[in-house]
Amino acid sequence: MLRLENVSMAVGDDGGELREIITDINLEFKPGKLYAITGPNGGGKTTIAKVIMGIYQHNNGRVILDDEDISQLTVSERAQKGIAYAFQQPPRFKGLTIPDMLSIASPGLDTAGVRKNLRDVGLCPEDYMDRDVGPGLSGGEMKRIEIAQVLARDARVSIFDEPEAGVDLWTIQRLIGLIIAKYQNSPKSTAVIITHNERVLPICDEIIVVNEGRIERQGSGAEIWPLIKDDIECKVKLQCRGEIGYEY
Amino acid sequence: MNIKAEDMKLIGAITDLKEIPSGALNIRVDGKALIRNSSPNISVGPNDDGTGLRVEVKAGTKNETVHVPVIVTQAGFKDKVYNTFIINEDADVTIVAGCGIHNDSHADSGHDGIHTIVVKSGAHMKYVEKHYGEGSGQGKKILNPTTDITVENGGSAEMELIQIAGVDDTLRSTTARIHEHGSLKITERLMTHGEQNAESIIDVYLAGPESNAQILSRAVAKDKSRQVFRAALVGQDDAMGHLECDAIIMDQAQIQSVPQLVAEDARAVLTHEAAIGKIAGEQLIKLMSLGLSEEEAVNTIIEGFLK
Repeated sequence: MLRLENVSMAVGDDGGELREIITDINLEFKPGKLYAITGPNGGGKTTIAKVIMGIYQHNNGRVILDDEDISQLTVSERAQKGIAYAFQQPPRFKGLTIPDMLSIASPGLDTAGVRKNLRDVGLCPEDYMDRDVGPGLSGGEMKRIEIAQVLARDARVSIFDEPEAGVDLWTIQRLIGLIIAKYQNSPKSTAVIITHNERVLPICDEIIVVNEGRIERQGSGAEIWPLIKDDIECKVKLQCRGEIGYEY
Repeated sequence: MNIKAEDMKLIGAITDLKEIPSGALNIRVDGKALIRNSSPNISVGPNDDGTGLRVEVKAGTKNETVHVPVIVTQAGFKDKVYNTFIINEDADVTIVAGCGIHNDSHADSGHDGIHTIVVKSGAHMKYVEKHYGEGSGQGKKILNPTTDITVENGGSAEMELIQIAGVDDTLRSTTARIHEHGSLKITERLMTHGEQNAESIIDVYLAGPESNAQILSRAVAKDKSRQVFRAALVGQDDAMGHLECDAIIMDQAQIQSVPQLVAEDARAVLTHEAAIGKIAGEQLIKLMSLGLSEEEAVNTIIEGFLK
C-alpha cells in the first residue's frame, strides 16, 4: 500500500553543511496491519512520518502509495489520497471549535458523529461541543482531540505520533485499544504508531526501530520486542522512579 | 412600503434578515426613514431636533428586539445621523444596528452614525452593529460610527461591533461609562483588505464600585490595509477590567495595537493581553493534513478567528 524507497532527507546546519536526518529508509506498510516505529528521541521517527505526510520534503528516494509516486505531492494532495497524521504536538486555533475540527477531518459528520468521536477518545461531549481548540485546553485534551480527528478521517494510512505523550495511563489504554480495533485486520487501512509504550509495542504486527536516522531493526512484534524490551522498560522505570508496576 | 430586492439584500448582509421583521423598526435608506414602526414597549420616533432617531424601551420589557439598519445606495451620498437609545429600568432588549453601503460610482459614499445609549438601572442591552461595503466603483465606502454609552447602576450591556468587508475607511469611536455594579462587554471583529484603513478607539471608564468591563478585539489585516486599535480601560473605583486585542497580519498589511490601562483608584484591577502575528505555518499544515488546500486553510483560520 505505502512504500518508502531509499528515502533520505538532509537539512543545512548553521554553517551551511548538509546534515542527514534520515538515511536510506526502505519500508513497506500493508493494509490490515499495525506498525510501530520506535527508537531513541531524535532518531528520526517523526521525520519519517512527516516525510510520508509531505510536511518535510525528502532529498532522495521515493514515497509510493498504491504504485503512485507521491513524492512531489503537497500535504493537501496526500491527505486527499488517504494519508492522515496525528501530530505529536498539535497546534491550537483561536475560534475553531472541536466540532469544527472534526467536521473538517470528516466532512458531513453530524452532531451524533461528533459526539461519538469525542466519547471514543474519553471526552464527555457535553463539555466539549462549544469549546475552541485553543489555549483553554490542556495538553492531554489537545492530544485526544487530535487522535479523534485522525480516527474520524477513516484514512487508508493513519500515522499516530506518540499518542501516549501527555495522556494519562488510563486514557492511553483506551486510545490504543481504539486504534487496534480500528486498524488491525482491516482489509483497507493501516496504522503506524510512533511509540515507546511497552503495552503497545508487543501487540503490533511489526516493529521498526529507528536510530540515528537509519532503520536499526525491523521485524514482527514477537521477534523484536524481546530484543528491545529491557531497554524500554528500564527507561520507563527510570522515568517513573519505579513507582508504577507494569503487569499485563 | 415596499423595499427594493437589492436593498433588502444589503440589509440582509448587515442584519441577517431575509425580510422586514415585525416589531420595533427603523430602516434608513439614503438619509430617510423608509420604514418606521414602534411596538407597544419600544417607541421609535424622530429626536427633538430632527437629526435622527429616539428609541425608548419601556421599563421591564423582556426579550424584544429593535432593528435600526442603515443603507446608503445613492452614489456620493454622505449620511449623518444622531440616534439616542434609552433602555429603561429592568428591560432586556437587543438592538440590531449596522450599515451597508453600495457604491458603483467614482464618488465617495459614507455614513456617520452618532449614537448615544443609556442603559438604566437593572436593564440589559445587547447591541449588534455590522458594517459592510460593496460595489465596483472607485468611490470609497466610508463609515465613521461614534458611540457613547452609559451603563447605570446594576445595568449590563454587550456590544458586538463587526466590520465584515468592503469598508475603505473607518474611524470607530466608542466611549463608555460604567456605574456601580454595571457591566459592559465589547467584542470587536474587524477585517480589512486591499488598501483599506481602519481605526478603532475605545475608552471605557469604570466609574462605580464593583463595575466591570471586558474589551475583546480580533482583527485581520490583509493585502496593503492598515489598522490602528487604541483601547483604554480607566479604573476610577473598586472595579475590574480586562482588555484583549489579538490580530492576524497578512501580506503587506500594517497593524498598530495600543492597549492602555489607567488606574485612578488603588482598588482597580486591570489586565490586558495583546498579540499580533501571522498565521502559523503549523496551523496551515495541520488543516492541510486534514485535506484542505492552502487557501481553504487560510480562510478557515480567518473565519474561525473572526467568528
